[in-house]
Amino acid sequence: MAQQGLPAGTSLPAMTTETIKPDPVRQGIEIVVNDKRYSHTGDAQMPLLWYLRDVLRLTGAKYGCDKGECGFCTVLVDGHAVTACTTPMAHLEGKRITTVEGLADDNGTLHPLQQAWIDEDAILCGYCQPGQLMAAADLLARQKNPSDADIDKIGTLCRCGSYPRVRKAIKRAALAMKDKK
Amino acid sequence: MAGVIKLSRRRFLQVMAGTAGALLVGVRTAAALDRPPPLALLGDAWTQLGPYLRVDGDGRIFIGVRDPDNGEGTSTSLARIIAEEIDADWQHVVVLPLGLGVEDGNGEPRFTYGRQRSGDATSIPAAWADLRQAGALARWLLLQAAARRFGVAAESLRSENGFVIAGDGRRLGYGELTAAAAQLTPPDKAPAVKNADAYRLIGKPVGDIDAHAVVTGRLPYAIDHPADDALVAVLSRCPWPGGQLESIDPAEALKVPGVLQVLQVGPEKDQMAGMTPLAPAVAVLAETTWAALQGRAKLKITWKPGERSEANAGTLELQANALFDTNAPPTSTVRNDGDIVAARKKAARALESTYYQPWIAHATAEPLNCIVRVDPGNSATVITASQAPRQAYTIVQRLTGLRPGQIDIQVPRGGGGFGRRLDHDHLAEAVMLAVADKPDKLKNRPIKLLWTRDEDLGHDFYRPLAVHRLNASIDNRRRITGWHQRMASPSSAVHRGVPADKLWTSELMPDALPAGLVANFRSDWYGLESLLPRGEWRGAPHVTNAFAVECFIDEIAHALKQDPLTYRLGLLGDPAQLPYNGRGGPTVDTGRLANVLRLVAERIDWKRWLRSENGLGIACYYAFGGYVAHALEVSNNGDAINVERAVCAVDVGRPVNPLGLEGQVMGATMDALMTALNLSITIKDGQVQQHTLREYGMTNAVQLPNEVEVIIVPSEADPAGASVLGMPSAAPALANAVFRATAIRVRRLPLLRELARLR
Repeated sequence: MAQQGLPAGTSLPAMTTETIKPDPVRQGIEIVVNDKRYSHTGDAQMPLLWYLRDVLRLTGAKYGCDKGECGFCTVLVDGHAVTACTTPMAHLEGKRITTVEGLADDNGTLHPLQQAWIDEDAILCGYCQPGQLMAAADLLARQKNPSDADIDKIGTLCRCGSYPRVRKAIKRAALAMKDKK
Repeated sequence: MAGVIKLSRRRFLQVMAGTAGALLVGVRTAAALDRPPPLALLGDAWTQLGPYLRVDGDGRIFIGVRDPDNGEGTSTSLARIIAEEIDADWQHVVVLPLGLGVEDGNGEPRFTYGRQRSGDATSIPAAWADLRQAGALARWLLLQAAARRFGVAAESLRSENGFVIAGDGRRLGYGELTAAAAQLTPPDKAPAVKNADAYRLIGKPVGDIDAHAVVTGRLPYAIDHPADDALVAVLSRCPWPGGQLESIDPAEALKVPGVLQVLQVGPEKDQMAGMTPLAPAVAVLAETTWAALQGRAKLKITWKPGERSEANAGTLELQANALFDTNAPPTSTVRNDGDIVAARKKAARALESTYYQPWIAHATAEPLNCIVRVDPGNSATVITASQAPRQAYTIVQRLTGLRPGQIDIQVPRGGGGFGRRLDHDHLAEAVMLAVADKPDKLKNRPIKLLWTRDEDLGHDFYRPLAVHRLNASIDNRRRITGWHQRMASPSSAVHRGVPADKLWTSELMPDALPAGLVANFRSDWYGLESLLPRGEWRGAPHVTNAFAVECFIDEIAHALKQDPLTYRLGLLGDPAQLPYNGRGGPTVDTGRLANVLRLVAERIDWKRWLRSENGLGIACYYAFGGYVAHALEVSNNGDAINVERAVCAVDVGRPVNPLGLEGQVMGATMDALMTALNLSITIKDGQVQQHTLREYGMTNAVQLPNEVEVIIVPSEADPAGASVLGMPSAAPALANAVFRATAIRVRRLPLLRELARLR
């Protein structure tokens, strides 16, 4: 729509894409995401976050900062928590990745952490919670009985201040996982 | 179609039959009533439902929630209010976030659902005034339908958990009654709402209705919305407030595979803040986010500073102090009772303190983003989190020229708002990009615009920096006889259509306590100049005012060798209703405020305050019709302080969902502590210095308490809003506790930096 005096939509010169040479076809990067196999043939420097969100349309891992500071995009790579925004696909050949969508089991039974999050109502705006959950999954895999100090080491931020409920939920899940065994 | 009931001069209930025998009850405003709802509302296109209650043949109850939810929990609590009145089985309730209700009234927009705004603690009070009736009417109709089926009088029936039950024990599920109920003629006036003693849902704790979707990663925020054919747009914005684009070379950016076009957008001169782009910007359009980000990194841009270079915080503070020190005439006198000069002359003691609070950013968890699809001349669809969807509509209408009925504003749950989503500069950028000239193959593709975090921190409508100078006159019986509060700030109401003589209204509240408690009371506002954009932030004037006032009262108590709790209670005096002109008014009840103070004191065992090794601090506040007090316990281990305990008591009238309320109060307390301890936006050489969360100070700070002990006062008063209530008294209680723990009075935030400087 042309409105007079608007700076909007001022096209700039030299914007054709014809001169772009496509990257040479390279071997795909084979990864497993939530037990499904994928082969990434695009830019090897693409961060895992954008592969998950833009390519696989798995949007549970959230964008928050590009710097690994907020932890909203935390996923498990071979069981260890990483921030997907700072992990290029090139580092992931042969790795198994678990996102929040893969945390529940195949028939939809929630992971004890997910159940504990619901039971403690650790939600508020909810945006950081997938990242909180994955960081907690990593913690509980290493530390069956986490102390407050262990939980403090989780760096995932919550802008709404849900930390006290997240803390309770992690402890509740730890208990539930112990009882199960 | 069964009929209409008048609720008030402007609001009506409407009953309709949906497809497959569904019963619909909605609230409509007078402006919209002369046109029937579009047929789509009556079909199975349930995402288009109004603020309706729909009971389906299978017994499910769909509740459309009109106010946006950015983490305040309104989608749960508003639905709960309606579900209570219809006696729903909560397990069968499906909550649908509603888009903007707008219809075409001869080219003018008619907003069919009322206010649709969140961020000023009004969602719950407004729902209390009308949504209850929608539920009550649906229940009345279902009872009438059941009475006919059973052949008994409706008065002999009761409802429970989605069933109508007869005196002899016969039961019918709502689903079996909807078709008949939808054909009934509603009564002449709205059926009475329930008495509180019959409540089964209101007042009972319930978890967030979206919790399952959140923890499985399936809740679609706007940023998650699939838009496969969208052009992803990321922008580079001018780092100089008031600056301009000097030159741009997009050649390298356009070589990035997937980058399609580079465009410019910028603010329109005649538009208000928040309705137009915030800064001149260069946008990279690409097939994927990653391509767009890489393209943006390769832009060669030269920016030009604005005509005036931005004053940094130190400069503004010097200006404020110069104004106070010279007794310069204020920009506006906000309140002037008695004679503070005479009180000063007669005073046995006079005290003075100055408090400094920095610029603060919103840093919403979900950065600003939106999807905009424009089909020129035909339609526009927007998906964005928003706290004020009407503003979004206005922008789209202005930039596309479309008619009201052609514009669809969808508002999914947002990842935090805090006032940032009252402004829609990001949407203006996206609409401008959507309608911009493009090569044919890119035309009409939607724009998916994303603000990256560096842009989010560097280009905000910041909470303005504030300097408060407080003077108190004390008589020889330790009573405050005079109070002079002066505040200097760059008003957050500038460029928002507020006249110059009203710019104080976003900064100071004339009736905030201790106004009304001190005979000689004056508050003055001094406007400071700044190029930094500013806006609303979590009830900001209350937060900044509370810090200054509640720290100062603590200082007075200590100067007089008084217990700060006892001194506060003495200042509040016997319970009284004082006039309060502002949100939450018309009165403030000093007895309810004293009550929350006593509650937190009791819980934290206040009688230790003088002797305990840890520092105890207390503060209270009144905002938006709610009463709040905090008591904090802070330890001092040489170099480091730690908040050992945080207790907060709130009185918000009847709590609709105590679990949700507790969560809001807990979160706001943590946010207030985080902000007070660590956060500040600073300016150097005219530019905002913070571009990462770490630079801003946002960490999961070890100083924060492990728990917030929340006390909810039982009350039968009509519910007030509570999403910001946990903020105001937290920071002053912290500073007051830090003083007890360290003997250092911190009058400048962020607290940790200032404490380190003073040690």
